[in-house]
Amino acid sequence: MGLLRRIRHEAEARLVGPAIAGLNAARRLRRLEAKAPRPPLGPPLRNGVRLRAIVERYYFAGRTADGARPVAWVTSGAPVEVLRPLGYYVVYPENHAAVCGAMRTARDLCEAAERAGHSRDLCSYARTDIGALLAGRTPVGRLPKPDLLVCCTNICQTVAGWYRTLARETGARLVFVDTPFLQGDLLPHHTAYVRRQVETLAAEAERVAGRELRMPDLERSLRSAQDAAFLWGECLATARARPAPWVGIEAFFHMAPIVVLRGLDEAQAYYRDLLGELRERSAAGVAGIEGERVRLVWDNLPIWSELRRLGDLLAARRANLVAATYTHAWSECADLFSAGDPFDAIAATYTSVLLNRDLAHRARGLADLARRYGAHGVLFHSDRSCKPYSLGQHGLRDLLAREHGIPGVVVEADHSDPRSVAWEAAAGRIEAFIEGLG
Amino acid sequence: MIRPLRVGVDAGSTTWKAVAIDGEGRIVAAMLLRSEPRVEEQSERALAEMLGPLVPEAPPRVAATGYGRRRVPGAVARPTEIAAHAFGAAWLAPDASLVLDVGGQDAKAIRLGPGGRAAEFAMNDRCAAGTGRFLENTLSRLGIPWDAVDDMVRGAPRAAQISSTCAVFAETEIVGLIADGAPVPDVVRGLVESLADRLAALIAQVHPGGAIVATGGVARCRPLLAAVAARTGQTVRPAPEPQLVGALGAALLAGP
Repeated sequence: MGLLRRIRHEAEARLVGPAIAGLNAARRLRRLEAKAPRPPLGPPLRNGVRLRAIVERYYFAGRTADGARPVAWVTSGAPVEVLRPLGYYVVYPENHAAVCGAMRTARDLCEAAERAGHSRDLCSYARTDIGALLAGRTPVGRLPKPDLLVCCTNICQTVAGWYRTLARETGARLVFVDTPFLQGDLLPHHTAYVRRQVETLAAEAERVAGRELRMPDLERSLRSAQDAAFLWGECLATARARPAPWVGIEAFFHMAPIVVLRGLDEAQAYYRDLLGELRERSAAGVAGIEGERVRLVWDNLPIWSELRRLGDLLAARRANLVAATYTHAWSECADLFSAGDPFDAIAATYTSVLLNRDLAHRARGLADLARRYGAHGVLFHSDRSCKPYSLGQHGLRDLLAREHGIPGVVVEADHSDPRSVAWEAAAGRIEAFIEGLG
Repeated sequence: MIRPLRVGVDAGSTTWKAVAIDGEGRIVAAMLLRSEPRVEEQSERALAEMLGPLVPEAPPRVAATGYGRRRVPGAVARPTEIAAHAFGAAWLAPDASLVLDVGGQDAKAIRLGPGGRAAEFAMNDRCAAGTGRFLENTLSRLGIPWDAVDDMVRGAPRAAQISSTCAVFAETEIVGLIADGAPVPDVVRGLVESLADRLAALIAQVHPGGAIVATGGVARCRPLLAAVAARTGQTVRPAPEPQLVGALGAALLAGP
């Protein structure tokens, strides 16, 4: 790694990026204070401005990271804690694709991937990122070239093909962490199998970074990830209050630090502040939706391109998403981060994530969420290009209605590709479902 | 106190419908027109025409449903078609437990709850194969008027196999069948049965039981209702003026 590049990167990451993000944040804060209330929406979260600054700084730092420090591109469910002590700048292609989806640039990028032969049925996050790589375009300015690719199969098997493509296109070393799908409970042989792969990952990450992974540093990184996950869980739990102190849709955005900064102290600091603000709002009786009438749980990834319209639709009916399986997935395994020695803990945590569990587990989790959050119903997003999350939703819906008396509706859309979203049809279903709840 | 007229507008994808109910709960006016692209203009003009002769003593309360419901001016409520069809059908057929609405653009099975509320519903997805537009397009392709369908199906000795579940591919399939010399009545019967298969599958999703009342333009197709009844084992009867049920339901939801 060149010294000059390192100096430039440090200057950009520690001075220029924060200065630009700070100026933008000050401007946004002024605009927020001057903004007229939009009833029935409650006052916006102050931490929303801070969140944008964090995301801006994170992507800004990435622009100059390659050549200055080791760079890894990883799946959202990869054990990033191994990479943090080695000084990696970590890119999350899924988060990048979500940003593209929310900024409505995903369509062009998906089309670029399709022109290169990738099927339209492929995950739209994968198409967005592959398209961004092939077309050399991204709304975040620039993504640093990877030295290492880490693909953990705990979220789906699509990532295996996706990361092989990234390896082919970038020439970076690819390491897999294959997590056996859990039919039932996590067993010792599952942990042992995954642990061996995490050890291999650590060795490869050390080789690429040219430094040794020290156990105290790994333990610190794990503690940091655990604390952030607990704090994120507490932030989400504030929505158990009636009315919930924030608009549930915002949680899809506020989960960014637990994904991209997991294992770094910045994530903990952010969630500590967010939790403080949410508790303050709760104590003062501030509602995310004034006159909250309907409380709903969301299953699956969000429809990034339509979150604003979904928010307006729900607010107009005084309905709030008080919980989502997607946002809660980032806090549910927090206690496992301290299960045994660091490598066992990592193996247990990352094998136990929601999408690596059977439908019975998901059904119990959904019923539990709905009960704890006092939800009246569940909105199932049947995600056209995310089959692992969507398979079984009709059965889950029937089971929840039959065994727990919690009704649900299935809405077809897509997490990132707006061409696969028929908003009028989806909105009609959601409206009719809320009408039926009375 | 004068109870105002309650008016329901169903601005659908194919037809624009309106029903007015007086203070005594009687239907005093109804209208059915081909949908125009500008819902606002059509609604203003048509409502003025429909309500003009009634000389209402108080301003009517208007509720709008259908795909164009957000663009109907002055509506006090904008229920979805599901709520509107459920309320309308329950008012017309209090013994029914399920509504089968086959409109121009979508098909819905709605299980009725207490007070005409939609307890559960299922709709066709983005494919148009189970909808009125599917039947309309394919009949038009064959050059057969709606009124001729009953006799044609009754006279068909067998149903041609139309396996496709896609409206576009089904049309191609029909062209192929005709080219291969399949008798037109058999093809029409095959069409009706293929539609009935899809509707029966939709009904199965909402845990049916009891009598089914059919609404929407396709409820006029009696062979289709008979085919659905045969598949579900439940009685299926058309609502009176089935195309107006959504507008009627909207009118009922316009106020007490």
